[in-house]
Parts: sequence; C-alpha cells; structure tokens
Amino acid sequence: MKSSVITFPGSNCDRDMDVALKKFGFKNEMVWHNDNELPKSDLIVLPGGFSYGDYLRCGSMASKSKIMQSVINFAKSGGLVMGICNGFQILVEAGLVPGVLLRNKYLEFICKNVFVKSDNKENIYFKNLNKEVLEFHIAHNEGNFFCTPDQLKEIEDNNQIAIYYCNKEGQIEDQYNPNGSLKNIAGIFNKEKNVLGMMPHPERMIDQSLSGEDGSLFFKNLINNIK
Amino acid sequence: MLVNEKVAIDHGLKADEYKKICDLLKRTPNITELGIFSAMWNEHCSYKSSRLHLKKLPIKGKKVIQGPGENAGVIDIDDGDAIVFKIESHNHPSFIEPYQGAATGVGGIMRDVFTMGARPIANLNSIHFGSPQHKKTKNLLRGVVHGIGGYGNCMGVPTIAGQTSFDSSYNGNILVNTMTLGLVKKNKIFYSKAAGLNKPVIYVGSKTGRDGIHGASMASASFDEKIEEKKPTVQVGDPFTEKLLLEACLELMSGDSIIAIQDMGAAGLTSSSIEMASKGNLGIEINLNKVPCRETKMTPYEIMLSESQERMLIVLENGKEDYAKKIFDKWNLDFAVIGKTTDSKNIELFFNNEQVANIPVNTLVENSPMYDRKWKKSKLPKKNKIKKDVLNKLKIKDILKKILSNHNICSKEWIWQQYDHTVMGDTIQKPGGDSGVVRVHGTDKAVAATVDSSAVYCWAHPLTGGKQVVAESWRNLISVGATPIAITNCLNFGSPENEENMGEFVECVQGIGEASKYLNFPVVSGNVSFYNQTKEIGIKPTPSIGGVGLIKNYKKMITMDLKEINNLVLIIGKTEGHIDQSLFARTILDEKNGPPPEINLFNEKNNGESLLNLIEKDYIKSAHDISLGGLITAISKMCIKGDKGIKLKKPKNLINDIEYLFAEDQGRYLIEVNPQDLKNVSKILDKNSVFHEELGVIIDKEIIINEKTKLTIDELRSYNTNWLKDFMDA
Repeated sequence: MKSSVITFPGSNCDRDMDVALKKFGFKNEMVWHNDNELPKSDLIVLPGGFSYGDYLRCGSMASKSKIMQSVINFAKSGGLVMGICNGFQILVEAGLVPGVLLRNKYLEFICKNVFVKSDNKENIYFKNLNKEVLEFHIAHNEGNFFCTPDQLKEIEDNNQIAIYYCNKEGQIEDQYNPNGSLKNIAGIFNKEKNVLGMMPHPERMIDQSLSGEDGSLFFKNLINNIK
Repeated sequence: MLVNEKVAIDHGLKADEYKKICDLLKRTPNITELGIFSAMWNEHCSYKSSRLHLKKLPIKGKKVIQGPGENAGVIDIDDGDAIVFKIESHNHPSFIEPYQGAATGVGGIMRDVFTMGARPIANLNSIHFGSPQHKKTKNLLRGVVHGIGGYGNCMGVPTIAGQTSFDSSYNGNILVNTMTLGLVKKNKIFYSKAAGLNKPVIYVGSKTGRDGIHGASMASASFDEKIEEKKPTVQVGDPFTEKLLLEACLELMSGDSIIAIQDMGAAGLTSSSIEMASKGNLGIEINLNKVPCRETKMTPYEIMLSESQERMLIVLENGKEDYAKKIFDKWNLDFAVIGKTTDSKNIELFFNNEQVANIPVNTLVENSPMYDRKWKKSKLPKKNKIKKDVLNKLKIKDILKKILSNHNICSKEWIWQQYDHTVMGDTIQKPGGDSGVVRVHGTDKAVAATVDSSAVYCWAHPLTGGKQVVAESWRNLISVGATPIAITNCLNFGSPENEENMGEFVECVQGIGEASKYLNFPVVSGNVSFYNQTKEIGIKPTPSIGGVGLIKNYKKMITMDLKEINNLVLIIGKTEGHIDQSLFARTILDEKNGPPPEINLFNEKNNGESLLNLIEKDYIKSAHDISLGGLITAISKMCIKGDKGIKLKKPKNLINDIEYLFAEDQGRYLIEVNPQDLKNVSKILDKNSVFHEELGVIIDKEIIINEKTKLTIDELRSYNTNWLKDFMDA
C-alpha cells in the first residue's frame, strides 16, 4: 500500500505521520506543497501543524497551495484523503468536508488524551474496527467544529459524522466535549466517505510507551481495509 | 548625533566605561559605534559582574563535548549521539509584554540549540510570578503561558516539563526561563568560530525591523514606574518563520558548506558578527545596505541594534553561496551576502559607500569591563524553636488540605495542557512527573530533563540554597531512572550593585559549584539575569537549574504513580524533622525565619546512586523524590497519580508526627517495591549504608495516616487539582 504525506511550510506532524504509516506497512512518500503532481498513492494524508503559521484562518493558505489542486482532484475521483488536525482545517478550507473549525470554546490550546466514539462503520476508515470507544490524543487551538443547521441536517442524513468526543464508556455528553464542537463532533467525512477530517492524532497513539495504543488499532485496520 | 558622556550614560554605560571606550579607540566613538559598545558591554552580553564568579563553576566532565562559551552546551549520550542544551532568561520583556516576551524567549533558546546543528526535541520552562493576590499576576501568567505555547506548539517541539511558582518578591519582576534540548550527531556539531579570510558572511531568516532595539540594554536595567514606555524594546516573535529557518538551516547543515554559524539573539547583528570574529581572531566587514530590512530608512545604528527575531549569521565556504541560497529560497527566507571575513581584526561597517564604524573586535570582547563587585556574606540563620504544643494542636488533615492546594504545590495541569507535549511522537513522560522524558528517536535510549529552583532556600541561605537546587535536579533525574549528566543554569538575581544581592549571587554560585562538582554534574551552559528588581527591591535569589540525564533503555523508565496494591513503599534517606523554611512553616505557622534544610552531598550521591542501582536491577515499581511539602505531599502525589492509597506504618523515630510528615529534609526518595523483593532491596541499601525505612503498604483508594486521619484519594485529588484552574477562571 502506498501513502503520501504532504508537507506544507509549517507542518510539524508530517514526520510523526510518516513514522506511523511506515510502522503499519504503508510505503510512504513525503510530498512538497509546491509540487504539482501526487505520486501514485492509495492514501493521501494532510498532517497536523501550523501551515503558513495559520496567520490567516487555519488551513486557508495551505488549501490554496499548488499541490492541493491534485489532492482535490484525487479526492473527487474517489481517492482516500485523510486530514488530521491542521490537515482537517485544510480539508474544511478546501471544501472537501463540510463545516468550519472555530477557536476552542475556552480560548486555550488543549493537549490531552480524549475518548472518541466511532459507531459509524460504513466507511473504509472505521469498518471492521471492533473497538467502539478509542483513546486518542488532541493538541489544537482551533478544533471547535461548527456548521449551519441545514448543513448539520445534511451531515446527519448522510451519516457523515465519523467520531464524537465521549467518555470512557462511550457516552457522548457536553462535559466530555473538550473544545465546544457542535454535537461533540471530532471527525467528519465527505458525502462519499473517502475523505476523513479529524482533530485527534492517531499517530501519537502507536506505542505502549506513548500516550496509548489505540492509534495502532486504527492504522492496522485501515491498511487491512485498503488491501 | 554628537556623542558625549551624557549620550553614553543614556545608553546605560557608566562615565568611566565611556572614558575607557574613548581610550581604547583613541578617539570619540560615533553614535553607531557607541551603540555597539553599549550593546556589547551591558550586563546581559558582557557578564561584567558575574564573569569572575562563573569561572569557579565546574565545566568539565567525561561526557562534556562543549562547555559554556558557545551558543549552548553539548554532552555525549553515546553511539555518536549528543544532546545540545541551554536555559535562558527572558524576564524583563515578559513583564512588559508577557505574550511576546515569553514567546521570543522560547524562540531564542531554540535558535541557540539549532544553530549548533541540533534538532530541538524538547522544551522546558521555569516561570515565577508575584503573589496570586497581586493584580497583575493572573494576566501575566495567562500571557506567558499563551506565549510559550504559541511559539513552542507552532514549532512542533514538545514542552515536556517545567516549574511554576508564586512569591510576592516577583510582584514587579516575573521570571521566564526557557530551556531547549536538541539532538545532534557528534560529528555534525556546528560552532560560532569564524575561520579563513575573504569568506562570505551570510544573513538569513527574517528581515530586520526596528523592533527590540536596545533589548539587551533594557534587560540590564532595573524597572521603575515608566516601565510601560519600554514596550517597543520587546521583540515580536514569528514561530512560523522560525520553523522554516530551522528546517532550512538543518538542510544546509547536512552538507559541508558552513564554517561558522551564530544566531542573532540579544544585541542582534552586533553581537553575532562580533562573536564570530572574536572567536576566529579575525575581522569582519559588513555592507549594511545589503541587510534585508523590513522598514524603510533604517540607519546603521538601528540595523546593528535591532533585535528582530528569527535571523542567523553564517560564514560560508567560498563558492557555496548559490547552493545555500537555493535552500533558503525553497523555504521562502531572506538570504543575503552582507560581508566577508578579513584579517583586520576589526569590525568595519559600511553604509552608502561610507565607513560608519571601525572598531577593533578585542576592545568589544576581551577588553569589556569586568567588575569585582562588593558583596556581603550571609550568615546561617538560627534554628527556630517550634513548641511541641503548637504542633500538637494542629490537625494533620487540615494541614494536608492546605499544603496540597497551596499555589506552589498544586497541580499545574492548567498550564501544561496548553503546551503540546506529545508532538514528535517520543514523549514517554509528560509534564507532572519528576522529569520529562523523550526517546532518542529510533533508538532504545531516552533523555530526561528537569528544571528546578528553590528561591526560598536560596534567600534564607544562598550557599545551602545553591547546593540544594543542584541536588534537587539530580534527584528528579534519578527518580525517573536517568543517570544525571550535566546541568545548565539560569541565574536570576537582583542588582549586582547592591551588596546583599551580589552576595546572594556569589554564594549561590558557590553552592551550585560545590554540589555540581561533588555530584560530577558539570555546568555546560547558562545565562545570568541581574537587575530583577523594581526600584530598590530585588527578587528572592532564584537560580534555575536545568538538569539532563540519560536512560539507556527507555523501557526501564520509572514514573511516580503507585502501581500495585500490597506493594511496599520505602523511604530512602533519613527524616530528621527539619521544619524551618518548609512550606509547612511558612504557610501554616507563618514562620519565615530559620535555616533551609542542610545538604549532605555524600548522602545525596550515595542515596541517588544506590537508587539507580535498584532501578537497573528492576526492583523499583515507582519512585518520587521528597521535596517541597515533605513526605506526606510526596506520597499524596504518588497516590493521586496511581489512583491508589496507602496505609502508613507508625514511624519508628521519635520525632513529632507533623515533623515526620511535613519536614523537608533533603536527599530523600520514596520507592515502591514488591514485598518479595524487600529483602534484596534492603540488602543492597544496607550494603551501601543508605538509610531506609518502611513508609507503608499500598491499598485501594484511601490514605490512612493514623487511626484518626484518613482521606480518600478523590479528596486528595480535588485539593491538588482545583486551585490553579479556579484561580484562573475566577
């Protein structure tokens, strides 16, 4: 399986993602934002970080960078594109997934482990993953998902919500929402479910010695599903 | 502008220093030259009051690759790997403008580290604020935390440990000390010594603006009520550009085109060019028209003294300019050949085809003033006689509640949750433990780092306090299973022109020196910050010590959370009941006098090394050093983290219960061992003559101190975790 991780100026989780993808069997290649062409890939990842310093709206500058046209074409033709954290913000800005990501409700950067519930299995990312509540890790300042009521209805009608913030038992309640996201949304798909944007970093949860291992489950399952 | 003594004094120079400049030059300097002298001769850059004393610190060791004098210190961690690290202060700017002051502190220290070719792998910080009741404290704390996070998070370097304290002596002078560790291959370390004639001098990074002009001079003066007017001397940080600069520099460093490299930190282009020339015993010629400027009509004076951030100066091999330029173009950074090395041994500046400065480099560096300031020796205060009936009236539960929720003990999670501490995917011990630990990427090794200070002890008796901070750093490394290697120090003091403050400095340095020598824990880098005072009132002497150690196999790392019910907890080191200067004495008895706990370096070394031996043999399930708040505070934290309880045994020694629980005797650790290992553990400790006794046995979710005093772990946790969050939300 081949994957590509895009490096934008200011990306800083690109190496971590490269390490994770390789650990679980992807042949990964790093792609520079200023390139025109994507290498042949089964999965494209937009990594976390602060692309272009995020001095404009997070992800907005990166969404206009050269490589993004190829990424958009790739996604529109059904290719798998996953955006993590800043990558999610870029996907939103590129219009590949709906909604916007606002500043966290308490106006502070949050770095901690969270639980997320993934009961939506009709997609290539979470299909066959037999753990419903995953312990992931977040590290962001702008992860507060928001959209209009009409958009939300459409998102729900199409079953586009990928993961929700919850507690250890899988209860999705306000008190387990770290950043004020609408409906506790932590990750979302496009309509066709080949594009996934999520705030949590599975690549930081791939080793017993790190914050946990649920990221390993996610990547192992993903590569099996793609095969 | 005409230069005279008054202008010199306005630049922070003393009258006799100005006379010395004229004598050295054999003429009156012009304004640009005067600016350069004032920047190089201020306290911050010249260490004129401290040099004499810093010379006494032990700086050598088997593992030391580079000691003080470079951008940062370097230590050997085997297998061709090295760690580059340093701590630095950004106190004055952070008080004036907390966000930018703290942010650029983080940016500056990271630049010091990657200038040497190392990729930063961990950040730490030691931050100190005024009393929680002081009107500025909350905003300063929020601003500083946002600034540290804003810069470090964007750089993608984890902030793995730190220290925060509150004390009214910082009401008018907060402290912000930032530390960075970087990883480099031993054979790819870069230095700032220029070499060779006619080598191109390259400017890279951000453009030069008018920000931060005279920042280093501001940092070398006391504060008064006009402090707000100094806002323009605070630099503005751009972590995005620094991230690009980091990647571009490391890319250029992977080749062999760099002769010398130096970041433009304090005193910007002035100090960076002069340092490189001075170390190489060369001259440097710069055409200031070539310096990329952000603003129009900048004068030579402004260009030389700007402290705009995210800039580097490089001496390149001839013919490598195009190769280097391509890399900086790729990262969208400015690149300009601004001058060359010469054999004149002078710094020569040209602007609009005119020579605007010509100063012998040695007058700026070797001939800079050095003072043997007057200082006052401190006496060891007399011990307090605390009456037993005063102690007996107190309820342990009430005291414990107050101590655990005390602002200097309580959990600082509100702070470190705002720092990305997991990026880079190698953080195996997060903030909140005895040390932060990161793996050396792709290896079995890990590096532990801690930053500590004990201003109260240093204030009570500087010599003992100086020793104590080093010992505490040593213990914090050992508690996570790391072998201590070396330290960096950030020496925050009041005015060197005040005999008492100078005395505190001299004796703290002496204490640091004695302890680091005895423990074979040399000082490889550091920084001095004087004039932390408003009007006549100086801060409590606050040397911050950053310690670094190595864990050969990261799977052997130790954490402090209690692991298993029925395991035993032992105390290593003797509890004598030293209450003076303890948190208990100061907050519960309101007793501020008395000596700090004594430091017995033999015991520190022996106890620490014996514990490392036990860890190596896999006997230790959890460990924590006993420091502020004493034994009961230490075990409470282990209980909270492990979500387990403990039933304490009745102590054998005859000291009062309260003294036993809250004394701050040094050289102690708590360790968790499996009952079946007890015999072997005791044997090893006995053999090494390490005093140890049993504290108690681990039970479920309750701490039983005696028949009358029991608390649930949830109670302990709520005391410990709520204070800071409630304070910031209120």
